[in-house]
Amino acid sequence: MAAESSDLAARKLAAATARRSYSKLLAYLAAHTGNVTAAEDALAEAFATALTSWPEQGCPQNPEAWLLTVARRRAIDVVRKQQRGVAVSRELELLADLDAGLVDDEEVEIPDRRLGLLFACAHPAVDPAMRAPLMLQVILGLNAATIASAFLVAPATMGQRLVRTKNKLRQAGVPFQVPERKELPARLEAVLDAIYAAYAEGWTDPVGADAARRDLAEEALFLGGMVCELMPGEPEALGLLSLMLHTEARRKARRSRSGAFVPLAQQDIGQWDERMIEHAESLLRKASAQAQPGRYQLEAALQSAHAHRHRSGTNNWLAVRQLYDSLLELTGSPVVAVNRVLAVAELDGPETALQLLDEMGANQQLVEYQPYWAMRAELLSRLGKNELAGRAYEVAIGLERDAEVRSFLQQRLAALQAG
Amino acid sequence: MQYLLLLYADESAWDSLSPTDQETAVAAYNAYTEALTEAGALLGSNRLQPAGSATQVKVSDGKQQVLDGPYVDSKEQLGGYYLIEAPDLDAALDWAARCPGSHHGTVEVRPVWDMSG
Repeated sequence: MAAESSDLAARKLAAATARRSYSKLLAYLAAHTGNVTAAEDALAEAFATALTSWPEQGCPQNPEAWLLTVARRRAIDVVRKQQRGVAVSRELELLADLDAGLVDDEEVEIPDRRLGLLFACAHPAVDPAMRAPLMLQVILGLNAATIASAFLVAPATMGQRLVRTKNKLRQAGVPFQVPERKELPARLEAVLDAIYAAYAEGWTDPVGADAARRDLAEEALFLGGMVCELMPGEPEALGLLSLMLHTEARRKARRSRSGAFVPLAQQDIGQWDERMIEHAESLLRKASAQAQPGRYQLEAALQSAHAHRHRSGTNNWLAVRQLYDSLLELTGSPVVAVNRVLAVAELDGPETALQLLDEMGANQQLVEYQPYWAMRAELLSRLGKNELAGRAYEVAIGLERDAEVRSFLQQRLAALQAG
Repeated sequence: MQYLLLLYADESAWDSLSPTDQETAVAAYNAYTEALTEAGALLGSNRLQPAGSATQVKVSDGKQQVLDGPYVDSKEQLGGYYLIEAPDLDAALDWAARCPGSHHGTVEVRPVWDMSG
């Protein structure tokens, strides 16, 4: 009985330490040797050892230091077995440098190198498409299969790409450090973009029926929170977290009880997570106070404005258009340009808006962008051009991946044809 | 770590430069080499003869094959290299960005496989 409960306590402690300390321990090990794969393997073994050792010998006073010491020993063993020559002595030297006395000191704080690891994952030498998957695996310990399903890639392929990317970090000598001041803005943007990419993958399944995808949104929020915690003075990091929280707060309301897609204007405000919205708003205020606007702050401000309009019924389209103007100027993104058209339609009428959309039609990227066609259809139907509107809806339906959004568009089309 | 900076550029563009412009370009390379030396980062460097001077050799099944021309025939040709010492990739990329070759062509940064010891 007693053995059972101490076993349970040990397991609980191991699980809690894994959640809290995995990224920190991994960052510390990897930063020391530059070898992420070896650090991951060593840490996995250390956690496994903890599960057998802690119930027998009692939980250590400083679990982090205990795990680090075991992981370090494992890493040394592996390096000795696998490699030869100067590379091995260098890596052994680096591992030996790790303070061997850590385990004896109950007070010792393991230095937090997670930020350096985040910057390494989003280094310009890493394929942009692999930055988000790499972060999810290296920082959060997600397995390749989970990451693969979120990014619509075969698990084996994702596994190979992750291995190759980690090898490149080591072979090319990518530093596990926060870059110098002059490079920081661009490099931080890459980190934030990768986190947002992970979030966007999670968001494609708003109802959260697919556990792997729902988790990814949570993981992205965790990463966003981590960057804000480690770099509290960066307004864009605050902006990204605010943006993700604003979207996340409306997750439940985005689907009806039967699972159908509900557009913002028809959402039940009672379903919004008010505390999350408040948090998002306070982050945005903190960011704006620094007067360094950026893409994520503007996007967060837009989400805030959309929520405010729906909640209070205030007409704030002028402010919304201004935000879109700034965002468009900053990013030049055709997607932003399409979203901006909605504000133009509200302010200047559907005809002007449609003209604007026509001018964008030459952009090849937009031809395959569902919201472009849905917007077109909406404007055409407002102008009473039902036949053209119907055709635009059909293209939009054909481009949509999400079954519920597709059926929402199909209902719009049916209503158009009936009316 | 050691990195090899491989300088690729369009040779015909060089040929079409006026003698004065060619001199300016050579001076820029000299200054860059000087800066690398001054920083203690230079391990070796050479400019190569035009790609047309290249000859390929391949031996398979005991048969020796000799072919005229460079191995890869592309718009930009390998024209020279710098072997440098740098603490990490970021430092190596910094050097690559300063190299005149990255302004009129492309510089490939390759970490050297450590075989010593």
